[in-house]
Amino acid sequence: MSDTTQAGPVLAADGTPLKTSLNRALRRQKMRALALIAPLLIFVLVTFIAPIGDMLFRSVENKIVQDTLPLTVAALADWDPGLRELPEEPVYAALAADLQVAVKEKLHTKLGTRLNYENTGMSSMFRQIGRDVTKWDLATDGPFKEKFIEENKGWGDFATWRTLKSYSPTLTSGYFLNSVDLEKGPDGIRARDDNQRIYITLFIRTLWMALVITGACLLLGYPVAWLLANLPNKSANLLMILVLLPFWTSLLVRTSAWKVLLQEQGVINDVLVAIGFVADESRLQLINNQFGTITAMTHILLPFMILPLYSVMKTIPPSYLRAAKSLGATDWTAFWRVYFPQSVPGIGAGAILVFILSIGFYITPELVGGTKGVFISNRIAYHISSSLNWGLAAALGTILLAAVMLLYWAYDKIVGIDNVKLG
Amino acid sequence: MSGLPPYASTGQRAWYYSFRVICGLIFFFLIAPIVIIVPLSFNAEDFFTYTPKMLALDPEGFSLKHYRDFFGNSDWTRPMKNSLIIAPIATILSVSLGTLAAIGLSQSHVPFRRAIMAILISPMIVPLIISATGMFFFYSPLGNWMEANLGMSKNLVGYIKVILAHAVLGIPFVIITVTATLVGFDRSLTRAAANMGADPVTTFFRVQMPLILPGVISGALFAFITSFDEVVVVLFVGSSGQKTLPWQMFTGLREQISPTILAAATVLVAFSIALLTTVELLRRRSERLRGMSPS
Repeated sequence: MSDTTQAGPVLAADGTPLKTSLNRALRRQKMRALALIAPLLIFVLVTFIAPIGDMLFRSVENKIVQDTLPLTVAALADWDPGLRELPEEPVYAALAADLQVAVKEKLHTKLGTRLNYENTGMSSMFRQIGRDVTKWDLATDGPFKEKFIEENKGWGDFATWRTLKSYSPTLTSGYFLNSVDLEKGPDGIRARDDNQRIYITLFIRTLWMALVITGACLLLGYPVAWLLANLPNKSANLLMILVLLPFWTSLLVRTSAWKVLLQEQGVINDVLVAIGFVADESRLQLINNQFGTITAMTHILLPFMILPLYSVMKTIPPSYLRAAKSLGATDWTAFWRVYFPQSVPGIGAGAILVFILSIGFYITPELVGGTKGVFISNRIAYHISSSLNWGLAAALGTILLAAVMLLYWAYDKIVGIDNVKLG
Repeated sequence: MSGLPPYASTGQRAWYYSFRVICGLIFFFLIAPIVIIVPLSFNAEDFFTYTPKMLALDPEGFSLKHYRDFFGNSDWTRPMKNSLIIAPIATILSVSLGTLAAIGLSQSHVPFRRAIMAILISPMIVPLIISATGMFFFYSPLGNWMEANLGMSKNLVGYIKVILAHAVLGIPFVIITVTATLVGFDRSLTRAAANMGADPVTTFFRVQMPLILPGVISGALFAFITSFDEVVVVLFVGSSGQKTLPWQMFTGLREQISPTILAAATVLVAFSIALLTTVELLRRRSERLRGMSPS
């Protein structure tokens, strides 16, 4: 009986103080949880986060000038483009030496292509000089300045050297400037020529169309969600299948369906002609424009609006509406002042989800969007697979990613990622 | 909205019925595009619209030739085979890793839970085109390295790259569904098992796994459909040897649109109906087990 009155810390069964023992147990529990998560976390970090990081890095990386023309970059270090004079002979000699190596390794055309993004015409300059530079003897054939300018007047142009100089550091902001329609001019950053400005328009169009699609989904989704939430369970479940079936159907199937429906010789136009709404010669142009993209994407994303709305509306007791009406509210007032404010979380969740999904869409705009109905994603894909300007693709991707992350953060604040529900 | 009270005014009556009509039209908008292409796939002509013969229900207007093409032509059977190789392996990978992690995440004390959750869910949030761009840059040197140093064939490396990419895209769905199931899991059951002398592995497979199986299966179905339906990443990461069914449909739609696509689409619709039914049955079963009213 004496040990119950004993002073000092409470001891666990094995004699250690209870506090230490509990702490140790808690730590072990934490370690076990982390050990269970670790394999997946590492997997996601390696197969997903690392590639994204690689893309972010590529949007500023610019090693090609440094790697292909190391001597020239070193020789250019002392040259001040602010003086608006051509570089001296040693720079030209260094360039000749660099090019001889580059031509042997067939790197000069790549560099020409890269610099052509910044200063049109440099690609052909590099190709042209590549044919002759190997015939020169570096020791005896100088001075090279005249020889270069003789080969192509571009080498005597101040702008060529300014471009080379400004892209010789290994990091560049050039891709980002390009993706917001700016470029590096002689006196700092300036807007591109009117005919080269496409990205700002494209970003605005992407945002605008995503907003229209979100609005259309909300407009169509709200009544359906309301109906589903207020019908008796049996019939609601039956109607729910009509929402879930499109949700589970392949994206490609739904896109092909719209392509078939909206064509000039497609089902919708045929029906309109048959009922005499439009003449056979003046069939409506429904596809390969913004209308096509918006219609098809609204259909594809509508379930993503209905499901969160439904799950929120299901929690609003119908008695609130009845109470409002018994207190004398009209149908509209009861809805607008009582029901609608309570459904706002559902609207927020659905709208952000649809918006996030739509600004990154690629497949559907590519297939039904034509030229006027495409998004920034289509431009990214174009730069990856056709124009091969990967740095610009990475910069555009980074800007899009930043926008999505901002929305993701907002979504997390409003809904919480833990509360995402499926099906 | 459940029923119209007998004292409703004419205006309310009119609104009640017009609201139903509006909803009916929206449901029509949701389902009609999918339904309309099904009969079109039996078209005897190479058109994408209903021929007069089809509208007259003349048997000559219908044929199975597009299905013969779909199941017989190697342009379609090879992609089908590829899809059926890639999707199950990617699913197994994401389900096994995802279930373990979901169990870890549902423990009571997890450090950095929010940050970990954000990272694990991110493949679902990041637009596919960005994931594809990043993977395109990252996986091609990785693939070259595997070819050069591990002596793998180009084809095998292609499959590995696509499977890894698809597995990571399916993970958020597994995490979400399995953690949702674990919320209702009674923790005293594992303690009881441990109390009776079962080691953690036995407890997991004999006690916990059977109970959370519905959640795991529906997560697996989500992961499977994600991979099975994915085009963008496979376009960027894979080579022509890994051409999947959606890829073939995508090129078909973009270049020479052939009616075989409609047969493929119909097969996929049947497939998604099967998946939807399975998921719904599982959901009802788990709700019944939790003692909720079977809705």
